[in-house]
Amino acid sequence: MSPSDLRYTKEHEWVAVDGAAATIGITDFAQAELGDIVYVELPEVGRKVAAGDVLGTIESVKAVSEIYAPVSGTVSEINASLAQKPETINTDAQGAGWICKIALADPREAASLMDAAAYRALTGG
Amino acid sequence: MDDRALKTTPLNRAHRAAGARMVAFAGWDMPVQYTGVLDEHMAVRTQAGLFDVSHMGEIEVRGAEAEALLQHVTSNDVSRLASGRIQYTALTTPEGTFVDDLLVYERGDADYLLVVNAGNAAKDFDWLRYHAKGFEVRVENVSDAYFQIALQGPKAEAILKPLTKAALPGIKYYAFERADVSGVPCLVSRTGYTGEDGFEIYGPAEAAEKVWYALLGSGAPHGLVPAGLAARDTLRLEAKMALYGNDIDETTSVLEADLGWILKLEKGEFLGREALVRQKGEGLARKLVGFETEGRAVARHGYPVLHEGSPVGSVTSGTFSPYLKKNIGLAYLPLALATPGTRFAIEIRGRAEPAVVVPTPFYKRAR
Repeated sequence: MSPSDLRYTKEHEWVAVDGAAATIGITDFAQAELGDIVYVELPEVGRKVAAGDVLGTIESVKAVSEIYAPVSGTVSEINASLAQKPETINTDAQGAGWICKIALADPREAASLMDAAAYRALTGG
Repeated sequence: MDDRALKTTPLNRAHRAAGARMVAFAGWDMPVQYTGVLDEHMAVRTQAGLFDVSHMGEIEVRGAEAEALLQHVTSNDVSRLASGRIQYTALTTPEGTFVDDLLVYERGDADYLLVVNAGNAAKDFDWLRYHAKGFEVRVENVSDAYFQIALQGPKAEAILKPLTKAALPGIKYYAFERADVSGVPCLVSRTGYTGEDGFEIYGPAEAAEKVWYALLGSGAPHGLVPAGLAARDTLRLEAKMALYGNDIDETTSVLEADLGWILKLEKGEFLGREALVRQKGEGLARKLVGFETEGRAVARHGYPVLHEGSPVGSVTSGTFSPYLKKNIGLAYLPLALATPGTRFAIEIRGRAEPAVVVPTPFYKRAR
């Protein structure tokens, strides 16, 4: 998936929508800001979330940062490999370093998020 | 703070050219990391790292009564210093708390160089000038005139050797010599803030780049890497070296900070002596101790410390330890809980996470 297909939040999450499911992660910009990531607190599968809710927490050596749900729905899958290898987010934030999948409550919701050009403008890229 | 108001060290251009991530620290535009804190940290533990610490303040105290002034304003005993030696000490308030922690270099008779924290340099200078009234002494803030580069790690001596005629094995821990480094007149000091062997090199600001690049060149075959403030912080915490503003400040006493070894009550009068004598007599209410947490969440500065559900203090420093691969930190605990092995809890995002008091330093290099 190329970054241009993704939607973005101002809190630096990305969303890839595929039908009724959305895959969520933090952006490459966010991982670079955080530095070496040492721990990811993942949400529980089955949890219902509204857009803006705290999904989990990412800890780097020097900072802690919350992950916010970019869209509403139910957590359907988590990237359990991050428990052992949280540094995957540093190496591939927008691919293998995905955080979780959400079964969308409203398929139209992601369309209101930023596209790649708007996110690039936000991050000064 | 507005970025445009930040001060820059003479190595700012070198950091930007190397692609360092820059942050505001104590009013300075400083490199926080080059490639990554974990790699930089481990390079210092196993080979060597190069730090720009030119933001640190330097204050000269000279004159017939220089020693008398320093005896009056610091807690350690300056009379034990000899020329070419260095002392870690505290500038103390009348309450026995920290105006700052610092290094005192005795450069010669009645000639001292004080190396102080960047964020405190202006305060310390004012404090020293205020207390210098009545002493035959000149106090000068020479911070802008100096660069300071820290070369830290087991390979430090091998890296510095080809660049200087100084007999490095003869410069013992907490001693220094004046020597040329790459032809630049410097003060070469066997000190550091990482828990490793190494040197802190002071020289004229305008020659900073020359020395920096010469060291990087000499160090390349030894695995030397430039290292930023993030690694400096994790390294100093593993070695349990206090960070002003986190672990010590004007509300914490020298005794509470577990720095009794820089307190020489028998030397006679100094600012804060009465308060510290009283505190010693009455017994401490709290002490700075090291702890480990079992969970994966990191206990960070300011997080509440709990005992039997009630707040009894707070974390002053906490990090994932890159060397030990576990979460460590420092906190002020009531004296009754300050013994290694004592269990307590730290509130992390609303949860009480188990923690245990451990002996410090967390890391001590093999000598």
